[in-house]
Amino acid sequence: MTDDPSGLRPPPHVNGEGKKEAPLLELLAVSKTYPGVKALDRVSLAVGPGEVLALIGENGAGKSTLMKILGGVVEPSEGTIRIDGAEHASLTVAAAMKAGIAFVHQELNLFDNLDVAANVMIGREPVRGPARLIDHRALDDKVTPLLRRLDVDFEAHTPVADLSLAQCQLVEIVKALSLDARVVIMDEPTSALTASETARLLKVIAELKAGGVSVIFISHRLNEVEQCADRVVVLRDGAVVGALQRGEIRHDAMIRMMIGRDLKSLYISPLRPPGEPVLEAAGMRTPVHPDEAIDLALHRGEILGMAGLVGAGRTELARVLFGVDRALAGEVRLDGQRVAIREPRDAIDLGIFLVPEDRKRTGLVLDESVNENISLPNLKAFARAMLVRRGDERRNALEQKAALDIRTASVDTLVGTLSGGNQQKVVLAKWLSMKPRVVIFDEPTRGIDVGSKAEIYKLMRGLADGGVAVLMISSDMEEVIGVSDRIAVMREGRIAGFLTRNEFSEENVMRLAVGRRDMQAAEAVAS
Amino acid sequence: MMKKELGLFLLILVVGCVVAVLNPRFLSPINLGNTANLIGLFGLFSLGEGIVIITGGIELSIGSIFALLGVIFIDLLVTYALPWWQAVIITVLGGTVLGAIHGYLVTKLKLQPFIVTLCGLLIYRGVARYYTNDGTAGFEFGQRLPTLEWITTGRTAGVPHSFIVFLIVAALMAVVLHRSVFGRYLFAVGKNEEAARYSGIRTNWVIAAAYILCGALAGLSSIYLAMYTRSISPASHGNFYELYGIAAAVLGGCSLRGGEGSILGIVLGTILLQVLQNLVNLLGIPSSLNFAVMGTVILIGVLADQQLTRLRNRKRAR
Repeated sequence: MTDDPSGLRPPPHVNGEGKKEAPLLELLAVSKTYPGVKALDRVSLAVGPGEVLALIGENGAGKSTLMKILGGVVEPSEGTIRIDGAEHASLTVAAAMKAGIAFVHQELNLFDNLDVAANVMIGREPVRGPARLIDHRALDDKVTPLLRRLDVDFEAHTPVADLSLAQCQLVEIVKALSLDARVVIMDEPTSALTASETARLLKVIAELKAGGVSVIFISHRLNEVEQCADRVVVLRDGAVVGALQRGEIRHDAMIRMMIGRDLKSLYISPLRPPGEPVLEAAGMRTPVHPDEAIDLALHRGEILGMAGLVGAGRTELARVLFGVDRALAGEVRLDGQRVAIREPRDAIDLGIFLVPEDRKRTGLVLDESVNENISLPNLKAFARAMLVRRGDERRNALEQKAALDIRTASVDTLVGTLSGGNQQKVVLAKWLSMKPRVVIFDEPTRGIDVGSKAEIYKLMRGLADGGVAVLMISSDMEEVIGVSDRIAVMREGRIAGFLTRNEFSEENVMRLAVGRRDMQAAEAVAS
Repeated sequence: MMKKELGLFLLILVVGCVVAVLNPRFLSPINLGNTANLIGLFGLFSLGEGIVIITGGIELSIGSIFALLGVIFIDLLVTYALPWWQAVIITVLGGTVLGAIHGYLVTKLKLQPFIVTLCGLLIYRGVARYYTNDGTAGFEFGQRLPTLEWITTGRTAGVPHSFIVFLIVAALMAVVLHRSVFGRYLFAVGKNEEAARYSGIRTNWVIAAAYILCGALAGLSSIYLAMYTRSISPASHGNFYELYGIAAAVLGGCSLRGGEGSILGIVLGTILLQVLQNLVNLLGIPSSLNFAVMGTVILIGVLADQQLTRLRNRKRAR
């Protein structure tokens, strides 16, 4: 074993003591560099036939880049891919398919208006006759056995529109099988599934494994990884930081590797204890979850982390508080005064700002300059007699650029050409040049490099120390636990509970996020 | 941004020189004056069309508005014998109201601009024809309105007042669009309406204001056109004129996707269109080919612009 000081491990050996199979798929020292970011740093891994390899790591660790390379969508900057012993510098989409690599994507790519069989065989429909009409019988004959093999509870004729999310995922797996896939890559397959659906998916994975199909399983859910993985590879900041073999796969070991040194050091304790409530919402009902009323108080100087599964209603709450959507009921108080927020302008005038989840669509005008984006919400402050005084506007943009260390050649550069981290800083600059009282961050570090992340955390803490109430919505567990002073967990449109600092743990957050019943079900399945 | 306008300006110069060489009458004071008059008439409403296009919308009913407001304007002067300034105010207000209705339908009721203004095109034309019983509305024989005529069809040192008014309005609009807060909002809304809303811009108001401005300019244009033709047959008056406006805006660099364009571009676009019309007349090209020439030039212009942009992007990527 070579002891590489850079932390690069040699490709983990797949072969157990008894087996002598060659790896099906191997990556050898694969790197990928984007301008300014090293997404992957000499990653080596291998997967053997019938093996379930779990790939874990926090958001931005490089998992998706790795998968894109395997799918032939992204070309590696360096390194080699070896399939059945044959070496490739990079793959094309067609080559990846031909090699039997199939994907089950996080966001499903199914056609709602077609039935299961048509979705599975799309583009490869069996035809007959001179008119090349679709041979529906042959189609069914091909798809039905695959459905039986996975023991699913829907038919080849079931319209996809009638299927649940979990069932759709199974359709994707069937599609992979119909392509004679030898390696099925599943990207966060359980993120939207209930406990019982997850249990079934895990059974399907066992099924695939028994049939000699390899599975690369990407997940944040360590319980599932523990249950199904033969081996775990941990990525952090684009590099492999460790691997665990069958007997070593335990929750605590995985977390330690995933998070490394960072978990404790993220948290900077507040300069002073949180003060009186700044923003209070009482009986708020959002259009998406009209039956749930939300009560929430944000205190001066605190960072309230908001956790929950995707679809728990966190973004919807933020949209209502910022006036993008109207609340169906309830009231909002700012410093004890009842306020009416009918549109974002009202919220902004009150000093309630939102750093939205989708900065490309809602946070920034990508085709405008850094300067124009920063001044947009506050343009009237730079105007006299409704004419923009461009000197003042520019001076402010330059100040913000320096204060936030926005890396751009000039403030006249189009925002769309900046990196994700710098774009997010421009969104922040919009608000920081005004007087914030409440700032809501929705997934503030999604798709942002590690360096910028730390800067954004520091900015958040700076805001809180300045007496601002900060609400941070995040699906990144490490971030929620590492940055918040207090955590609110949402589930199915309501607040499932609050956690104070001494109660912070991934388990406690998850317990609230999925609910007690589902948790018990998951544990029952596990045992 | 300025490159587009410069290219257009050079194109106008080249076309102008070619026509002047082939037919020296192009540069005669009479021809230049007439062309300037047409530029003024067509430019006024093209500015409004451009503003709407910058928000990502479209206004198709301008030609029909000319017919409807034109017959009403003449009726106010002839039948009701109102003082000319009252008729002018009512007509401009009429255009403003129509624009406000379009704005309301587009923003509050979330209808597509194309559909809203297409319906406007059909409705106003139909109402105008019904209003006059499909007859021609005109001034009474020998009726004179000296002040109004001086303002609309008069000339100072050979320069038609329609042209001067157009330049003044264009200058005002340039300040509004390129220097004011409202102009900034217009571009932001055109480029990304959602992000503009999240930045606290009342996007509905901004979009509605664009239609209102366009309607007001169409109202003003109605008066100039009515005074220029002096009689209006509502079945044909102003037919296709909205397309001149769209063509001028597109030639001038407005993208139909919204968020792009400049007043200078629209002005130059209008000039090029009128020079082309003039070219057809002066070079003895059958006037039936008028539209074909215009269409071809616009197509070539847009193609060339796209290729140049692609070339520039490729160079930047390197």
